[in-house]
Amino acid sequence: MRKSIGLAVLVAALACGGANAQQVTVKVGVLSDMSSLYADIGGPGSTAAAKLAIADFAKDHPNVKVELISGDHQNKPDIGSQLANQWYDVDKVDLIIDTPNSGVALAVSQIAATKNKVFIVSGAAASDLTGPKCNTNTVHWTYDTWMLANGTGKALVKTGGDTWFFLTADYAFGHALERDTMAAVEKNGGKVLGKVRHPLNTNDFSSFLLQAQTSKAKIIGLANAGGDTINSIKAGAEFGIVKGGQKFAGLLVFASDVNALGLQTAQGLTLTETWYWDMNDSNRAWTKRWQAERGAAGKFPTMVQAGVYSGLTHYLKAVAALKSAADGKAVVAQMKQTPTDDPLFGKGTVRADGRKVHPAYLLEVKAPSESKHPGDFYHVRATIPADEAFRPLKEGNCPLVSG
Amino acid sequence: MFEIFGIPSTALFGQLLIGLINGSFYALLSLGLAVIFGMLNIINFSHGAQYMMGAFAAYLILQYSGLGYWPALIIAPILVGFTGILIERFLLQWLYKLDHLYGLLLTFGLALIFEGVARNYFGSAGLPYTVPESLRGGQNLGFMFLPNYRAWVVAASLIVCFGTWFVIERTRLGAYLRAATENPTLVRAFGINVPRMITLTYGFGVALAAFAGVMAAPIYNVSPQMGSELIIVVFAVVVIGGMGSILGAIITGFGLGVIEGLTKVFFPEASNTVIFVIMAIVLLVRPAGLFGRRA
Repeated sequence: MRKSIGLAVLVAALACGGANAQQVTVKVGVLSDMSSLYADIGGPGSTAAAKLAIADFAKDHPNVKVELISGDHQNKPDIGSQLANQWYDVDKVDLIIDTPNSGVALAVSQIAATKNKVFIVSGAAASDLTGPKCNTNTVHWTYDTWMLANGTGKALVKTGGDTWFFLTADYAFGHALERDTMAAVEKNGGKVLGKVRHPLNTNDFSSFLLQAQTSKAKIIGLANAGGDTINSIKAGAEFGIVKGGQKFAGLLVFASDVNALGLQTAQGLTLTETWYWDMNDSNRAWTKRWQAERGAAGKFPTMVQAGVYSGLTHYLKAVAALKSAADGKAVVAQMKQTPTDDPLFGKGTVRADGRKVHPAYLLEVKAPSESKHPGDFYHVRATIPADEAFRPLKEGNCPLVSG
Repeated sequence: MFEIFGIPSTALFGQLLIGLINGSFYALLSLGLAVIFGMLNIINFSHGAQYMMGAFAAYLILQYSGLGYWPALIIAPILVGFTGILIERFLLQWLYKLDHLYGLLLTFGLALIFEGVARNYFGSAGLPYTVPESLRGGQNLGFMFLPNYRAWVVAASLIVCFGTWFVIERTRLGAYLRAATENPTLVRAFGINVPRMITLTYGFGVALAAFAGVMAAPIYNVSPQMGSELIIVVFAVVVIGGMGSILGAIITGFGLGVIEGLTKVFFPEASNTVIFVIMAIVLLVRPAGLFGRRA
């Protein structure tokens, strides 16, 4: 009798001990362009940012175990889709994050919704992700084409650039950016004189720039990114575009592009971003940690990589609150209910259509003489407050938004 | 001023000139490939990576020794050509007796290695390299603005292409080389060091690629993937021109540059694919290529 009571007490004690270590496990996948023209915009730098987010989160939440993997979508929607399917189905990934390249992002967004997992877009731009293609499992974090169009486009039209010619990358992102910027230009009283679509990853822009010169538009809008933008601006310098009286509008330019162009070629370029490493002490401190984690010399984090850190932090907080990462729709709902707060983007919110809102900054590239240290690229010309920076909720045609 | 298919004639002439300039670039690049395949029967898939190495060498020469564009135009091809010689001596020479495909696989693998190493150290966004002072600015030709640098590219390309063709087709050295590829045993019997000639020829072809890379550095983005983007087009050029023919590669390079330029005006979205459409048509009609020698 005493033996069986003792045995029962022992079993009860063991059962209690087990309940204490209630581990929540989460698996995160950084899906990015690791080897091609967007690799410095997201790429291994995004993986580094994710590692920092996980490390910082673990300090306050020791009972949440986060596993991280990364993969290369090579800018191909079919490869990106195949990886996303494999990660969500076979590798038990709960969250896919980053994904520069709007074509891939749109594909993965559908997959996440079908499988009830979560997808946080930091790298891709197409505003359709929170517009007609919005869904309950996708959050669009750092920036989008509407914000770029209305930031840079509006600013340039107001300062006299009222005729435009577009150089557009011929895929989802280029089309979206061209469409949103055309709308912004026309809304503010400008005119679009013409456009030309070039294949993604084009080397030589001389022919397209000649067409832009012939149009005599005051502003040549570059609706492309990464290597394409760099090649366009380099060719523009050669062909005397700026000397001939026309100006470039870099609709999507990252710090890595300015680094590759050099300040001599890029000076004076106007662009809009939502995060700049040298803007305040908090960003600078984080940049030092990122550079140590990234391990490659002379690189500076882009807003996309900062967005991965910020988005992942908010996601992990939501998972910790729900104590489970299994129901993607519920986690995203939790993310929309909780205001965001992190050292990089400060305070903000995630809207019903999945759009994360924060202020945007109108930046101008410095001349070489004005740059005091490596990475000192921009003047901050204006701050666009969060409620003006992004497309109004009702105008998006998102099925999740009623009315 | 009159209109052709809705495009003003001045704009069209401008586009034709740009097409010619691009064509000279393709000709320069495909020349090295044609030399290596025509003379040595090696399918050099690392040509694009060697072109990239030429551009990177120009950047590094500027960074570490302060020497600018003009010295780099000589030094970079020599350096990269020397690595080509090492590749031939230690890796390629064992594959001559085997099927063409082994050479292709080896050089393809080398290309991936070079690209990966470059991306690891330098990232993929690219490195800054500006047009040299003496070549900045341009001439206003009336129908377009022609940058001095692009005019220099056409001139240099014509000189190098003609020079190479002349050496191979019209000099004794070229004759030895052509004989050595047709019948190495007989040529060796005459006392000519055939293996050394082959090594130097491969090195020369690689140096040509690197030369094109240095010429590209001021105007195209100097990034690790710059070669892989161009190499497919260059292979198409060489195939259309005829794999054995130096002259074929040069003429096709210029011709395709012009056709691509016209496509960019009338149907820009297809400018990537038009070269391959032409390649498919040419191969159907003349399988040996336009100037190819094989029956």
